[in-house]
Amino acid sequence: MISKGKAKNKLKIQILAGGISHERDISLKSGRRVADALLEVGAEVVIREPDDKLLSNIKKDKPDVIWPCLHGASGEDGALRDILSLTGVPFVGATASAARLAWDKSIAKIIVANNGIQTPASITLPKDTFRELDADGVLKAVTSVINFPLVVKPARSGSALGITVVNKADELSRAMIDAYVYCDVAIIEKFVKGTELAISVVDLGKGPLALPAVEIEPVSGRYGYQERYIAGETNYFVPARLTQAVANRAAEVAVNAHETLGLRHLSRIDVIVDSKGTVWFLEANVVPGLTETSLLPQAVLAEGSNLGEVYYSLAEAAYRQR
Amino acid sequence: MPENKTPRSNNFDGWLDAYADRAHTLSVSEVRALFAVVSRPEVVSLAGGMPYVQALPKELLAQAYEGMMAKKGNLAIQYGGGQGDADLREQLRDIMAMEGIHASPDDVVVTTGSQHALDLVAGLFLDKGDVVLAEGPSYVGAIGIFRHYEAHIEHVYTDDNGISPEALQEAIDNMKAQGRRIKFLYLVPNFANPSGVTLAKDRRPKIIEICQREHILILEDNPYGLLYFDKPVPDALRSMDDNVIYLGSFSKILAPGFRVGYVLAPPALRDKIVLAQESALLCPSMFSQMMISEYLEVADWRKQVDTFRGVYRERKDAALSAVREYLPNVKTTTPDGGFYLWLTLPKGIDSKAMLPVAVKELVAYTPGTAFFGDGTGHDYLRVCYSFPTPENIKVGIKRLATVINHQTELLETFSK
Repeated sequence: MISKGKAKNKLKIQILAGGISHERDISLKSGRRVADALLEVGAEVVIREPDDKLLSNIKKDKPDVIWPCLHGASGEDGALRDILSLTGVPFVGATASAARLAWDKSIAKIIVANNGIQTPASITLPKDTFRELDADGVLKAVTSVINFPLVVKPARSGSALGITVVNKADELSRAMIDAYVYCDVAIIEKFVKGTELAISVVDLGKGPLALPAVEIEPVSGRYGYQERYIAGETNYFVPARLTQAVANRAAEVAVNAHETLGLRHLSRIDVIVDSKGTVWFLEANVVPGLTETSLLPQAVLAEGSNLGEVYYSLAEAAYRQR
Repeated sequence: MPENKTPRSNNFDGWLDAYADRAHTLSVSEVRALFAVVSRPEVVSLAGGMPYVQALPKELLAQAYEGMMAKKGNLAIQYGGGQGDADLREQLRDIMAMEGIHASPDDVVVTTGSQHALDLVAGLFLDKGDVVLAEGPSYVGAIGIFRHYEAHIEHVYTDDNGISPEALQEAIDNMKAQGRRIKFLYLVPNFANPSGVTLAKDRRPKIIEICQREHILILEDNPYGLLYFDKPVPDALRSMDDNVIYLGSFSKILAPGFRVGYVLAPPALRDKIVLAQESALLCPSMFSQMMISEYLEVADWRKQVDTFRGVYRERKDAALSAVREYLPNVKTTTPDGGFYLWLTLPKGIDSKAMLPVAVKELVAYTPGTAFFGDGTGHDYLRVCYSFPTPENIKVGIKRLATVINHQTELLETFSK
């Protein structure tokens, strides 16, 4: 699909959207929204599938910048970014190596924790551990150290797929199986009750800045797949209902995590603020959702900025780094 | 550092408090999102029930189009009657006669696919909390409609011979004991979607007898009846009882793009269906109806249906053979026609949770949960063999076997 903007001397941006993952539909929506916003400010935009014609399309389109709007492994695990680097065309978002670190939640947690950011206690267990050892014994050992309630999640996955909050021991095996459906490595993490925040970080060339935090209050109490993508299923508060001091701390954590993980241009850092005001890092997203109900666009608009202008500035920032 | 301005709440739907209660019955799931992946050519889709329209020579349609435009061009692009085109309704009589139904064209209403007929009938009968009895499993599109009208779907035990009369009586007694109002029994009696099973000939009069005695309407949905592999299906339930509401469709024996189906109903109900249809969309597409009418007139459509039978028989054989080769421990139904195999998975495997892994392995199917209105069905999945080539069916089922074996291994690990 090709759409052309009108303004002269504007960048030609190739958006990659779709892919083969369970987040394909979200990626297509994100790509379309980014394209619409960029067209509004006069950019020339091409939307492409990352398929067997990826490299030939890059040669044909000759974009100034590529914007990979690919959620899930295909866009976030670094592989595609390595390929894009080979083409010499600058692209928006994290480098391949930084994406790899952030994509694996267990590794991201270690890196940010080493830099003084608090993250809930957890243990990371590959599926093979359970095959080789006594599964029941391993789970008992884990829960003797990390108390219920727990969160079990795939180390590498998105859109809350495969995540289960576990309140008692007899729910744990099923939660592990559900997490291993999505990834061969699962994280068992202490559940932190509190205010769930998504803090978008953008760097338009003058250093990373935290946008207003978006507070997430799902109607059902759980921010799952449906709550993320269906209008009306979640109430968002922008900025979050926090004191200025807590809001500042959360923003600091987000920028710190973004920098520590070596991310660039844009990211979304998910945190929880507990009742004492402690900010807990949960994960970093190198390709935040950019659909009509996604969190980064909400933060941009809450700040009073124009989506098209911010997206175009991000593309320009990538272009300058070529 | 962002200044903490006054928080504003947003749920992206300013009309959330204004919707009718039934609007909240509409929901999407991650399963639906996964089907976006199916369009990628790398993925073998055993999911959607798409007919293999490539087996329909397009010159037959071109010929029908030319004929229609020459004879009835202005009528075809005009509004029509709410009951549907009279010529087509005459022709439908012959089609229904192939399954033992002797009907008056006057009792037929042409609809926008049989799906719309189903919606119209459901809208006429169902109040919130009413009971619809259905096979277990049942057609996902019907479940969606019944849910939308806030009905309670009570599944009735169904085996390789279709719905069980004893289980039907038991379900009726159970619902009556609970003081619930049963509105109708919904059935896909031939090569059912999703199970592929056919209601046995000897069970048909028993089902009718029970429903007559209990004053329960039967809604007989028969899109696949003509797509048998070797021998024709038993006569339709409607042939045994004029009070049965019978739904037919051209989606599987011609092409779904026309969106033409029909309903045969007792006169009083027929009138209400016509009024409801006129109220909803004035009339079904005259263009589609007249195209089909001309196609039935000039093409050897029976031969074309026979071609479809051959295509689907070959694909069914490929699917069954692949299941037996790669999934020897998985139970499957053995259909005598139609599009589907219904697989029973090893205990503990959740077909809905497993779907993302399958997609990662480049194969898609429909989880069993889609075919139950009560949240069950995790142990099953539907394989649709109608669209992929026999070679791709084999590849897809081999990939599926890899995924199922992986899941089995996981379950064994955590059940030690």
